Amino acid sequence: MSKLATELPAGPRVRLVLGSDDWFMRGFIALIVLYLFVALALPLYAMLSKSISTFRMDLTQFQFQVSDETGFFSGDILSADELNAAVGAYSEQELNVGSGGRLSATAFFPDFSFRSPVKYRVRGVDDSAVFLLGSERRTGPSWVELDSNQFRRVVLRPVTSVGLDNFKRYFSTPSLVQSIKNSLFIAAISTVITVLLAFCFAYALNRSCMRFKGVFRLIAMAPILVPSLLPGIALVYLFGNQGLLKAVMAGESIYGPYGIIAGSVFFTFPHAMLIITTALAISDARLYEAALSLRTSRWKTFWTITIPGARYGLISAAFVVFNLVITDFGLPKVIGGQYNVLAVDIYKQVIGQQNFEMGAVVSVVLLIPAMLAFGIDRIVQRRQVALLSARSVVYQPSSSRIFDRFCLLYCSLIAIFILGILGICQFAALVKFWPYDLSLSLRNYAFNRMDGGGWAAYRNSIELAGLTAFFGTVIVFTGAYMVEKTQGFKGGRTLFQFLAMLPMAIPGMVLGLAYIFFFNDPDNPLNFLYGTMAILVLCTVTHFYTVSHLTAVTALKQMDNEFESVNASLKQPFYKLFARVSVPVCLPAILDISIYLFVNAMTTVSAVVFLYSTSTALASVAVLNMDDAGDVAPAAAMGMMIFYTNVAARIVHAGLSRGVLRRTQVWRHH
Amino acid sequence: MITRLIGKALTLGVATGAMALVTAHAAELTVYTAVEAEDLARYAEQFNKAHPDITINWVRDSTGVVTAKLLAEKNNPQADVIWGLAATSLLLMKSEGMLEPYAPKGVENLDPKFVDKSDPPTWTGMDAWVASVCFNTVEADKLGLTAPTSWQDLTKPEYKGHVIMPNPNSSGTGFLDVSSWLQLFGEEDGWAYMDALHENIARYTHSGSAPCKLAASGEIPIGVSFAFRGAKSKAEGAPLEIIVPSEGVGWDMEATAIVAGTDDLEAAKTLVDWTITKEANEMYNTGYAVVAYPGVAKPVEHFPPNLIEKMIDNDFEFAANNRAAILAEWQSRYDGKSEPK
Repeated sequence: MSKLATELPAGPRVRLVLGSDDWFMRGFIALIVLYLFVALALPLYAMLSKSISTFRMDLTQFQFQVSDETGFFSGDILSADELNAAVGAYSEQELNVGSGGRLSATAFFPDFSFRSPVKYRVRGVDDSAVFLLGSERRTGPSWVELDSNQFRRVVLRPVTSVGLDNFKRYFSTPSLVQSIKNSLFIAAISTVITVLLAFCFAYALNRSCMRFKGVFRLIAMAPILVPSLLPGIALVYLFGNQGLLKAVMAGESIYGPYGIIAGSVFFTFPHAMLIITTALAISDARLYEAALSLRTSRWKTFWTITIPGARYGLISAAFVVFNLVITDFGLPKVIGGQYNVLAVDIYKQVIGQQNFEMGAVVSVVLLIPAMLAFGIDRIVQRRQVALLSARSVVYQPSSSRIFDRFCLLYCSLIAIFILGILGICQFAALVKFWPYDLSLSLRNYAFNRMDGGGWAAYRNSIELAGLTAFFGTVIVFTGAYMVEKTQGFKGGRTLFQFLAMLPMAIPGMVLGLAYIFFFNDPDNPLNFLYGTMAILVLCTVTHFYTVSHLTAVTALKQMDNEFESVNASLKQPFYKLFARVSVPVCLPAILDISIYLFVNAMTTVSAVVFLYSTSTALASVAVLNMDDAGDVAPAAAMGMMIFYTNVAARIVHAGLSRGVLRRTQVWRHH
Repeated sequence: MITRLIGKALTLGVATGAMALVTAHAAELTVYTAVEAEDLARYAEQFNKAHPDITINWVRDSTGVVTAKLLAEKNNPQADVIWGLAATSLLLMKSEGMLEPYAPKGVENLDPKFVDKSDPPTWTGMDAWVASVCFNTVEADKLGLTAPTSWQDLTKPEYKGHVIMPNPNSSGTGFLDVSSWLQLFGEEDGWAYMDALHENIARYTHSGSAPCKLAASGEIPIGVSFAFRGAKSKAEGAPLEIIVPSEGVGWDMEATAIVAGTDDLEAAKTLVDWTITKEANEMYNTGYAVVAYPGVAKPVEHFPPNLIEKMIDNDFEFAANNRAAILAEWQSRYDGKSEPK
């Protein structure tokens, strides 16, 4: 066969003839690739370079001279390097410092006494040498002469260079490395629990004939509508020292791994449930009929048909949950207590210690598991699609009284857990002074009296969500259309696909930090965006790009490419087809993308916590900051405001979708 | 709705550009601050009574965040003036050359403790916030705890798991506690003290006011925080006693400075001149019992009366220059111990 192929004479090379439409579409792809470059690739690059920018004491930069007891300078001029070699004041390790590093100069003089009449001179060899006299900054090669009492205030400052020293320092600090283990531990345990619970829930929804399926589905989706820190707050009210159910904890503290795991299960549950439901829904009923006719036991059928059929969904759900937990910042911040995890470490390094370089290092460390989980998930998802067959028959569950009752009981328990978490937050928000005065009041809604941004923050959040939903949908859908329907241009399209998938693997904290490094650089012409609503929109659209893009691509793939061919042969410009056919046909998907972006923009904390300014404070960040300041009840109140807003948005979305379906999707039923 | 949003988005870029232009003419100042949100409006209002031509655009956040923001913007400062940030933070800025040295009119009237020692000074203090212990009497009764009277008391076994303090790595209040213990007890005994205290700590919070608010809500009986916060919670009806440990308490001040490179130095000077006036200090006195202008302070409700005499002779330079080393040491001692249980 292959021999035959090689023997065939080479035909003329077929080349695609490009019309103006094609050039326009390619231009558009290039434009969105440029967008993703600026909003994603360049900031990440800026962050990576920050992680290898180190601070080191260059002792050859500083020179000292010591006087005799009468204050007369006659001794040798010695560099700090020579002095250090002689007395061994600082080890190599100690010379690798952070950006805040300071070395006391007196350590080079073992017989130093601040009471001595001896005087000291200090200078740098050039202007790059910086030392402090107390807190005053001195540079340059002119001598600074000091008496002993003044000289003890001299500290040397480091110079910047490039290298892996930050990583060395990171891995030699046990408290920081411990966070890697903690993060992996939390993520692994939460994943196992969530996937198990979500599988049973999805199984009950798909395979039983219990009642109230619609209600359960709705309740199970509720956690998506709140910021991940809200379950943390709820758990404090339930199991904290003043909690309603404190006795359940049997003396253990909710602050720490227990709290993080319980909260993680809550906020990742809907994600896992959705994926597994899809996996269960596509299983082939013919396999079950075969099993039934072979008199296979239910138990065996479950293990030989159900589980293998859903295995890709299960694996995919596991990695998605793992990724969500390990990159989440809000929940461990609220309820983590002394239990350090990577995402919170980034925050602590940057906000607490202003150690941006170490923040960048932790970000790089956090990128690794997130990238791995993401990569495996992508591979698995690709296989999942291959499982679908055109001859598959949809499984219809048959009624079984005991099984249905059992499912109903189980789903009710899960629903109680979810509603309980939300309910306790609402209750705490309405109580006057927990736990001493349980009378109801709206005192906790006086957000303007608290830190965090007040009611303006809530309005900003709605504005951000609206802008993100609008611009995000336009950019994402147009981009997906161009990349799906353009002929040729393989290189550009591959690059686009890669960039569009990348945001999913980038934790929000990492993205936010990368934005500071990139946009706050005074040499960056985009610097004016810093501190505006625009940068928040940019960051949020980018952060949630991947899922939106995949939704758009799925919808577009359902449309036959014939449309393009017909359109081209009718010599119609592509934008007419785009506006008159593609957009109307894909309207349900477009609405889904916009609600997805809206809800996530309302709840996101991690990406924007480094980027908001006073005039663009956000509700989700206000929840964090109010909780941080100890105003836990107002934080719960604001969290619930986000929930209600998202519920309202979803209702509007459902109404619109129904209307749209009726008006534009009639063709589907013919 | 959507058209309005698009319109907003389009004007956003233009507005940001325009804002920079406006600043120069109509005297608008971008002021970074860590002063509590509810006080800010009052501060601006008082200032505008004297200078209606200068508009203040507040950028407010917690001490750690504002400090991080200023340092991040080191080469491209956005702020004109810093009004109300920890002096320890301002010392960091000063050593980076980020502050404009300026002796405000009437600076000689202030308590010299509240003025930077350089000449001309780069910052001037407003008021002091002082460490204290918030003690929830209701919860203590339930648990049978006696009220501690000193820092050393807090290491007693009876308080095991009943004390919360802020993490110095993220909280300015936490750092002032640690630096005051090192100054009070000496380096070696200071760390030994913290080793013992660590045994009793339930957890370290990120924010400095949280321990007191958590004590107020009974989540924990003892919170190491600052007196101002305690007095506020007490005024809201929390069953708190504010304890001033007998050894002495650490403190830091809120301070003011001009950011080097400001677009409008004149307006910035006008503002800073005003921030050290007697009336400004009277205004600070609403929340803070200790202010920079001698003779102004009136007692604040619920504030412990003996607080001022217990304030240690704080060495801010020691605190600023050893900050990185102290924090690293603290982290290696106490942050790493949090193994999964």
